[in-house]
Amino acid sequence: MRKFSISPPVAAILLAIVLFLLSGFLPNGFGNDINVAIAQATNIVRLAVFLGVIAAGQTLVIISGFEGIDLSAGAVVTLAAILTYVTVKGEDDKVLLALLISLAVGALIGFINGLGITFLKISPFVMTLGMSGVVTGLIIIINHGNVSGKVAPIMTRLIARPLSPDIPIPNAIIIWIIFGFLMWLLLERSTFGKHLFAIGVNRVTAKLSGVNVTATNLAVYSLAGALAGFGGFLLVGNTGVVFINLGQPFLFPSIAAVAVGGTLLSGGKGSYWGTMAGAIVLTLITSLLTTMQMPDSVRRMVLGATLLVMISIYGRQRGFRQ
Amino acid sequence: MKRFSWDEMMNRYPAFFAIILLVVALIINFILQPNMFARDTLNSNMRVFLPMILLAAGQAIVILGGGIDISVGGIVSIVNTILATQVGLNGSPEKMWTFVLVSLGAGILAGAINGFFIAFLRLQPIITTYATSFLYVGFALFILPNPGGGIPAEIANVYRNTTPLGLPLAFYVIAVVLLIWMYIRSTRFGNYLYAVGGNAEAAYETAVPVTWVLFSTYVVSGFMAALAGIAITMLSGSGNAEIGVPMTLTSITAVVIGGTALSGGIGGVAGPVVGAITLGIIQNIISFSRIDTWWETFVKASIIVVALAAPGVINLLRRKKV
Repeated sequence: MRKFSISPPVAAILLAIVLFLLSGFLPNGFGNDINVAIAQATNIVRLAVFLGVIAAGQTLVIISGFEGIDLSAGAVVTLAAILTYVTVKGEDDKVLLALLISLAVGALIGFINGLGITFLKISPFVMTLGMSGVVTGLIIIINHGNVSGKVAPIMTRLIARPLSPDIPIPNAIIIWIIFGFLMWLLLERSTFGKHLFAIGVNRVTAKLSGVNVTATNLAVYSLAGALAGFGGFLLVGNTGVVFINLGQPFLFPSIAAVAVGGTLLSGGKGSYWGTMAGAIVLTLITSLLTTMQMPDSVRRMVLGATLLVMISIYGRQRGFRQ
Repeated sequence: MKRFSWDEMMNRYPAFFAIILLVVALIINFILQPNMFARDTLNSNMRVFLPMILLAAGQAIVILGGGIDISVGGIVSIVNTILATQVGLNGSPEKMWTFVLVSLGAGILAGAINGFFIAFLRLQPIITTYATSFLYVGFALFILPNPGGGIPAEIANVYRNTTPLGLPLAFYVIAVVLLIWMYIRSTRFGNYLYAVGGNAEAAYETAVPVTWVLFSTYVVSGFMAALAGIAITMLSGSGNAEIGVPMTLTSITAVVIGGTALSGGIGGVAGPVVGAITLGIIQNIISFSRIDTWWETFVKASIIVVALAAPGVINLLRRKKV
């Protein structure tokens, strides 16, 4: 007996499309107007970009296995956003510097996570949780209640605005597509990607087959930090303002996006396409619930229930009885 | 006489390091607050620590079984809102008893929902309990959308000021929890718990009822979270649907500081109880040391990271020497 199976990223995208079409029937939905529908869909994908980029690092860390997870991502996003904000100060020529700072600071924090996890054998969950506290503490010290800075016009143009007046696709989406392609190259077409999946499946066999487990692990966490930093850079380019709690709301959704996208939380199996699909579904559900003007309590319950249903469909681990 | 062996102590008593940490924290706290062992101070400290102690004990059972429960904070919130809305500021002690029982039932039910999805449907614990945490906090917000309500002051004072034989009530509760744990550990269920946490597949092969053991850990955790919710409601005397949210990650930190490994099967409940007290004392130290408010989060998180890293550093140094 062969069980009906469908790949998780496809399932997630199908779910997103069905939900989106159904949302058209809502009183304040798009109705029969195809242009409004396209505009709404584009907007949801645009919002999903930030969650998607932040979840990229999370995907890598989770694929690397050994209970891998990055709970410091939210704090790193905020820190990178604040650093970008104060570095740029509204000047276009400092944008590149701010991007480099965001990536470097993120990578450094990720590297410290990696050190603690590989050498001190601290479990990734608590190591990154502790680091999240430390980074939040740093943010409070740097921030001191208020920061002065400004986003450069070029950032807003490159991230929040459409490509050209004729093509109404926001640049953020184009950045995301390129980013997704690069992630695919990294995961599926590079030695690093092969090693990553190898250590995710089984560290001992990976080591015996000549994979440098320690170096790969350190690299994964550093890369995850840098990607969270990049997420913070993009995010501040879109919002234009920073505040202490900017990144934290993205933390658990980033893990949920990875899980919804079919990446096993135990490691060794997964894809970035799945995470992209997961990010779109989660963003869609959240924004639908907001449009429906549900009270906060109902919104949270529906989100929790949807997440449960989605992971029940394909997030199941192998049964003991095989 | 046998020479004192660090390795042996660390291996045989996972709580060993937690106790060292507790003693150090106690000494520092004592220097900063010389009257801390006075009856009133001790009681006022212990009644604040007790909710987290109960929560950490429940979390420890789940983690021993190889899972994790991110929904405990949500269960605390549900219990708090049930008591605050149903008993009310003018409620009678009988009413309080009734709803204490209802709360315990709610906690068990919430734990059973987690257990059903994780043990029977074989979903991944971290993402499942993350999803149910939305359900539970959402439900708490549904019961009590805005902070308010409460329980009568006389009933709250029973929790706050009962000191049988001059010792805080919390001491007796901790003693009962530890005695029950020692009994459970000696039973067949105790062995099953360690077997499932250590290697679920192997436990299944040797006819351990893995599914039921896993299910029961979440029920226990739900029950303990309900107890923690009752304790924190009697401590604060008022209702707030968000009260439990920040407690979840702290309870996991307490378990790990207490020497119980997140990978499951190693540790116990005594360590996490000590860990929860230690975290409370660290908070005490920070508020008594009069450090700059801006630095508080950073200092606290750094102390926790150092505490988490210390056993690893010691092992690393010892391995280098040999």
